[in-house]
Amino acid sequence: MTVVLSVLDRAWGLSPQVSVRPERFGALLYHFGTRRLSFLKDPLLLTVVQSLDDAPTARVACERAGVAESALPAFEKALARLADTDMLQERAS
Amino acid sequence: MTTTAIPLVEHFSQGLDAPICLTWELTYACNLACAHCLSSSGRRDPRELSTAEAKAVIDELERMQVFYVNIGGGEPTIRTDFWELLEYAVDHHVGVKFSTNGSRITAENAVMLAGNDYVDVQISLDGATAEVNDAVRGEGSYATAIQAMEHLAAAGMKGFKLSVVCTRENIGQLDEFKAIADRYDAQLRLTRLRPSGRGADVWDELHPTAGQQRELYDWLMAHGEDVLTGDSFFHLAAFGDALPGLNLCGAGRVVCLIDPVGDVYACPFAIHDEFLAGNVRSEGGFQRVWRESDLFETLRGPQSGGACASCSAYDACRGGCMAAKFFTGLPLDGPDPECVKGNADLLLAGVAEGAAPKPSGDHSRPGAVPVTLMPKIQMRRPDRACDENPLAGLAAGRS
Repeated sequence: MTVVLSVLDRAWGLSPQVSVRPERFGALLYHFGTRRLSFLKDPLLLTVVQSLDDAPTARVACERAGVAESALPAFEKALARLADTDMLQERAS
Repeated sequence: MTTTAIPLVEHFSQGLDAPICLTWELTYACNLACAHCLSSSGRRDPRELSTAEAKAVIDELERMQVFYVNIGGGEPTIRTDFWELLEYAVDHHVGVKFSTNGSRITAENAVMLAGNDYVDVQISLDGATAEVNDAVRGEGSYATAIQAMEHLAAAGMKGFKLSVVCTRENIGQLDEFKAIADRYDAQLRLTRLRPSGRGADVWDELHPTAGQQRELYDWLMAHGEDVLTGDSFFHLAAFGDALPGLNLCGAGRVVCLIDPVGDVYACPFAIHDEFLAGNVRSEGGFQRVWRESDLFETLRGPQSGGACASCSAYDACRGGCMAAKFFTGLPLDGPDPECVKGNADLLLAGVAEGAAPKPSGDHSRPGAVPVTLMPKIQMRRPDRACDENPLAGLAAGRS
């Protein structure tokens, strides 16, 4: 039986077709392939997204960015949405 | 995420350091003479930006991290440096979506376009049948647009846009438009008719009736995010639920227009001195205009709901479209001319004939603009340098 790991326990990186523009409220993300615009409504989420490449899992990226344990579910949801829209790509950890 | 103190839409209302995207009209030259052209296009303006100046604008957009530009006109592909500028933008990480009537989307060009993720194409079509389309866009323009879509589809370009301005004549064709888009693997984009440019001349005849506004709203609600709207129907949010998108007038806040001569306006539908923020040729370039112009500062400040403030729908529609109000002679802090609550009806009745402001520039080719809705493109001998048929010298040009 395959175990489906949570988004937090997998390794991610920004899709190479995605451009990130930091803003006061967080950031704008634009995917040139899907032509989709996404909003990161929290500067801390931007920090997490930008450090995904150097972290073995998204959970580690969240810890390093200082995301509180209680806020993890919200970050998990936000990261899952970014993965669903191809803004993030899974990579081998 | 819950840490944002104010809603995102408020951040946008107060303006961003750079636009999210912007419209850039490369030329006023056009081989068509659409009855409702929002920029009154036809003839090239002798002051249009040179290739070098256009590239300098692209450099600025790259520095400001503007993700993409909506290039239009006129017919942008008429510029002899169009493909060069397209390549330059893409090489400088500025994506391009360009609007075209399709006359230069040859099979060969379609292959090139399909091979580039950073380029998107938007084909304009304002009727799902030649009869309805050609009455507004000119004879033969339906066939031209369909052929362009055939070329794009054959080249494997997926998800390009079929762009329709909704009018009284075509609201009944929404399902047919969707079917055309599906046939070519395109995405349907519906936008609002504005009384801008020559649109002012045909507004009374062509803008959707109150019943059609409802029909359109219901249709859009049923199709959700499958159909794009460029956020242009937020005045319909007053019917109830908001449509997908930001539901906000982004003029001077998250979008703007650069016109062919480098003038920066608050939005593509507001080509009038009242909404002119500056010019990209001035010191400090586009960035200074975007960040420091008095007009944009004002637009980003608190807005008064005016006569609309007491309306229960104001939070949904926010008073509607600034350009639509302006060019129908209504006050900017009052209801949209197509207010779904009917709040503009009395005010509109009070606007004297000819009292509504006229657009600042008219680049229509003399004689090319129909008084009735049956435009005929007239090919005439140029009577000055910029009055030549923009398709002159094009081997495969139609007339």
